[in-house]
Amino acid sequence: MSTAAITSPTRGATARSEPPTVGRKRLVKGNEALALGAVAGGADCFFGYPITPQNEIPEILSGLMPKLGRVFLQAESEVASINMVYGAAAAGHRAVTSSSSPGISLMLEGLSYIAGARLPCVIINVQRGGPGLGNIAPSQGDYFQACKGGGHGDYHSIVLAPWNVQESFEFTKTAFDLADRYRMPVFILSDAVLGSMLEPAVVPDEFPPVERPDKDSWAACGRGRRLHKNVVNSLFLRPEDLAAHNDTLQATYAAARREIRFDSRFLEDAETVIVAFGVAARVAYTAVTMLRREGVKVGLLRPVTLYPFPTEPLVAASSTAKRFLVFELNAGQMVEDVRLAVNGRRPVSFYGRMGGIVPPPEELADHIVAMATGEDGGAS
Amino acid sequence: MSEVPSTAAACECDLECVFERPDAMNDKPMHYCPGCTHGIIHRLVGEMIDEFGLIERTVGVCPVGCSVFAFEYFNCDFIEASHGRAAAVATAVKRCDPKRFVFTYQGDGDLAAIGLAETVHAAARGERICVFFVNNGIYGMTGGQMAPTSLIGQKTTTSPDGRSLDISGPPIGVCEMLASLPSVAFLARVPISSPKNINVARKYMRLAVRAQLENKGYSLVEFLGTCPVQWGMSPINAMKYVDDTVTGVFPPHVFIDRVSPAKNVPTPVEAAT
Repeated sequence: MSTAAITSPTRGATARSEPPTVGRKRLVKGNEALALGAVAGGADCFFGYPITPQNEIPEILSGLMPKLGRVFLQAESEVASINMVYGAAAAGHRAVTSSSSPGISLMLEGLSYIAGARLPCVIINVQRGGPGLGNIAPSQGDYFQACKGGGHGDYHSIVLAPWNVQESFEFTKTAFDLADRYRMPVFILSDAVLGSMLEPAVVPDEFPPVERPDKDSWAACGRGRRLHKNVVNSLFLRPEDLAAHNDTLQATYAAARREIRFDSRFLEDAETVIVAFGVAARVAYTAVTMLRREGVKVGLLRPVTLYPFPTEPLVAASSTAKRFLVFELNAGQMVEDVRLAVNGRRPVSFYGRMGGIVPPPEELADHIVAMATGEDGGAS
Repeated sequence: MSEVPSTAAACECDLECVFERPDAMNDKPMHYCPGCTHGIIHRLVGEMIDEFGLIERTVGVCPVGCSVFAFEYFNCDFIEASHGRAAAVATAVKRCDPKRFVFTYQGDGDLAAIGLAETVHAAARGERICVFFVNNGIYGMTGGQMAPTSLIGQKTTTSPDGRSLDISGPPIGVCEMLASLPSVAFLARVPISSPKNINVARKYMRLAVRAQLENKGYSLVEFLGTCPVQWGMSPINAMKYVDDTVTGVFPPHVFIDRVSPAKNVPTPVEAAT
């Protein structure tokens, strides 16, 4: 079954929709789309350190960014990369880095400082298998890391999960606006399949400057004619001050719920709802379309923002569906958020593969049928 | 953001003012312990910002350690870095807008232990930043633990019998290590132990600032400072200890000077640009 059909724009109750990308349709690699998305989104600078399977991103940007008068710098480590992002963002610039799972782990201390100092930035994670050195095959094992903060303290990043090359471009481009709007980090959660695949996508050939908000009220960019100094900091020694600062952060995360996006297919009469994100959702969509042809009432709900999490559509679906199946390329991470949303109204089961294995849609379809049959005597 | 007091309060008498606070600094009481040299070195940084007229384009980067609150005492923009990463933060601030004057202010735990990789690579790349490195051979703020720069035999809370060569090796000479890097434009070490040496420090800092303003490369000035409280000494004895003992292990010296006119040879950074 071909997956090339899944290039239609995201459907569902998206909170915000961007104008269609102007450019030329051609074969684009996922990592290239992420790199071009950063450039189109107005990244002033990129700092990164090599790690597979995301190396095309720094390779492309090392040529493109200087040509556009922007900054590219290969850092000595992921630790340095994220602190360069911190510095650039603190000085008011649009900053981006990219890495893969182990490298993102190294960045988490810096990310906590970025969140604590209320700085906007974009972080691309082309996930690979873990834990430890793991392997360079596709995985979704970093859901917790991306969505639950990851580093120390109470903080979150907005997390966008593309499922094709076109979305890889568009989400990365949009991420810079989201980051600036809420002054918080935004993750693009890709993986080794999405990053390495070639498929048709519309990407621009030119990258004009983009509008961005004025940051002179808080950025440490040099005082200039400003009468007050700006200090970028996450240190609040008095408990009352740190509590108030945390209240501000939490209010920001609550406000960011306006940005919730999801995609739904065949939900209207679905008795079984598959919940999956990223590349797993592509496998699931193929399985769903196969089963629909056989008359099985199955649908797909695809969270696009993994944080903030699309709780409401799951609540709505739990009044019509009989059961949920969460499918992920990990040991079961998003399933916890799905269970919180469904809150016991319907059974939520989990199917996952680890180690970099992406099962064929037939395997998932068989599992869906077996689950539905075993549960209610084949009524579905 | 915080309000910047206009300038130093004008004297309301007829006497000529011969010494006042630099415009780059404010009159907040410092939190440093009695006899600590951070106050002196802060003042020297303020003097440099005034002397070169840099206040409007300066971004300072402060460390984690005793000088974590350095931003409180200056009137320029500041970024608080995580422990050891000031050089990486400063790198990005400078690269994104080379018109800025960017300096870091770091202690020896911050720069020579946890932040050594960032320090070496910023120097190796010839980042046009000034690093003001205060070496007092101990972790002051966390309670007097052994630093990478603690002397052999020095008693600290984590080397109660004195630093052992067998266990911890000899102290790290940051200047000696960085001196091998071609993109370093100015590198010097000076004790902050007497008015004479403070004047020497001023001279070095001017050259360090010029290294950046004249696009010659990376610069670092290492100040041999005191920590009377964690050393268990009176302020005066601490100064004496710097002169009599610390300078024996960390010799004061200009390691690299590619800024002074007498040495009018293009630096590798200049040659490449």
